[in-house]
Amino acid sequence: MATTTQAQPILSALPPASGRAGFGGTLASEFTKIRSVRSTYWTLLVLLVVSVGIGAAITGGTAASWSHMAPSDRASFDPTQASVAGLFYLGQLVIVVFGAMTLTAEYSTGMIRTSLTAMPRRTVVYAAKATIFAIVALVVTFVAAFISFFLGQLLLSSTHDTATLSQPNVLRAVVGSALYVTLCGLFAFAVGAIVRHTAGTITAVIGVLFVVPILAHLLPQSWYQDVDRWLPDAAGRALSVTVGPPPGHLFSAWNQFAVFAVYTAVLLVVGAVLFLKRDA
Amino acid sequence: MIEVRGLVKQYGAKIAVNDLSFDVEPGHVTGFLGPNGAGKTTTMRLILGLDYPDAGTSLIHGKRYAGLAYPMREVGALIDAKAVHGGRSAYNHLLCLAQTNNLPKRRVGEVLELVGLTDVARKRTRGFSLGMSQRLGIAGTLLGDPAVLMFDEPVNGLDPEGILWIRNLMKALAAEGRTVFVSSHLMSEMENTADHLIVIGRGSLLADCTMEEFIARSSGQTVRVRTPQPDLLAKAVSEAIPDATRAGVATAATAGAATAGAATAGAATARPTATTEADGSLTVHGLTAAQVGDLAFDHGVRLHELTVVRASLEAAFMELTADSVEYRAGEGPAEQPAPVSEGAI
Repeated sequence: MATTTQAQPILSALPPASGRAGFGGTLASEFTKIRSVRSTYWTLLVLLVVSVGIGAAITGGTAASWSHMAPSDRASFDPTQASVAGLFYLGQLVIVVFGAMTLTAEYSTGMIRTSLTAMPRRTVVYAAKATIFAIVALVVTFVAAFISFFLGQLLLSSTHDTATLSQPNVLRAVVGSALYVTLCGLFAFAVGAIVRHTAGTITAVIGVLFVVPILAHLLPQSWYQDVDRWLPDAAGRALSVTVGPPPGHLFSAWNQFAVFAVYTAVLLVVGAVLFLKRDA
Repeated sequence: MIEVRGLVKQYGAKIAVNDLSFDVEPGHVTGFLGPNGAGKTTTMRLILGLDYPDAGTSLIHGKRYAGLAYPMREVGALIDAKAVHGGRSAYNHLLCLAQTNNLPKRRVGEVLELVGLTDVARKRTRGFSLGMSQRLGIAGTLLGDPAVLMFDEPVNGLDPEGILWIRNLMKALAAEGRTVFVSSHLMSEMENTADHLIVIGRGSLLADCTMEEFIARSSGQTVRVRTPQPDLLAKAVSEAIPDATRAGVATAATAGAATAGAATAGAATARPTATTEADGSLTVHGLTAAQVGDLAFDHGVRLHELTVVRASLEAAFMELTADSVEYRAGEGPAEQPAPVSEGAI
């Protein structure tokens, strides 16, 4: 008896409410969610280490063997692409896991029921989740991209074949790889909203981003060139090239990015509709 | 105030909730009873908009849950205490809930103190016992100081002290004029907590009445009599008029169309009977203690004991839901809990 009678006064009066609970509060809530679990920090740390580490290994290795390299290999060497290759190939994998888990972890833990009880307007929850994920992913991929780039150029300095941001396409390649990796994460987020299962989502996204391009290579060359420009990962390949002519069978870099962006946008809309319509 | 009207929810071929209608009024603890699988959780999920009904509506303060301006300020709901991210601390879990409804941060510390989790506020919830999780869930419901509270099986996993705590909390919340809607399959728990009962079985409404009506409606209510002249009294009972009080209850129950099914138990008031027990006492069915006393006086029968033997809520509930139990062990005879007797009159 004493517990409740003495306990009630602990609660202070709430300030009077005005308007209605909306996007701002839910955005703050989603940020609290993402920053309050250790897996976020681990995932992002792995992303940074893998991206910067692989980039450093490639550029450092190239610098060490530069004197033995054939002139043609030296000429085709792309110092920008090499420095951000870690972010590109492995960071992509990490962000896919991170993006998928943003929504699927709520289903695996059951938290989604608590979240949607607190904020039953599901479009708001979905948009806030996607927005916070995109912001966090953008910040981390930009940091990873620029650290990778500058560290890579530093390691390549002995070769005197280094890139600067003012050279043609270099800034595009650095910024573009960060944007591309972020987009991979949003792609995984959207698939997560559709599949609602972590392992299934990651498998599906990795299948599309990594396995489908490999399978496409098995097609006859002319077919491959027709198909390749419609693959999501072509965006990354088109954006990151700074040396030599752009791959002829692809669209221009930003148009190639737009192809992937449209896929992602469509999946995000499909995910939103399902998130809205299905029982939680 | 919760209003449920004609709610239907089907999962594949299975009808989880079947044309359910009821109101939950403020100022009372309303117990939501039913055997496992009766549709209690589904009904609550439908009210909260977690699941979408195939038909029907549920309104809180006249609005759909998703349409409430600040849902947590109007409704505090705990469906599943384990529905949290185990990697997040208790404090951050509550904080992220509070932020969705623009509730002040200080509120988080206050509700943690109220439920006694202040010491573990910064601990990750993965290590919490079910009892601690229930307390955390209850803390979450109180964040917005809501006028309506919904708890699904809140005493699960709580120790006796915790059960007493939550019982008192629910009573205190109702006493403040709030609507408290609590589901349970533990009848004994509701008997001590709820003023009003909504009983469902296989997704359909079986009873919607006060606790007293519910028990009275059960055919388990009898009067135990000891007398040196049992034969005389037994004859008088068998010739007496049927129980007016109980007929009245049956009529009231039949009046509500939704509770028609439940009325059958109360309507079975044919003739009063008296049976002789092994210990020589008489058990009278169909008359109140007062009527038996009057009858004895009229016939000059001396009474040594006159006791109302009330069916426990458990017995009344099992009787009511006997036909709608979803999962039953074996085919053996159902274990009937012993009736409890109230003090002799």
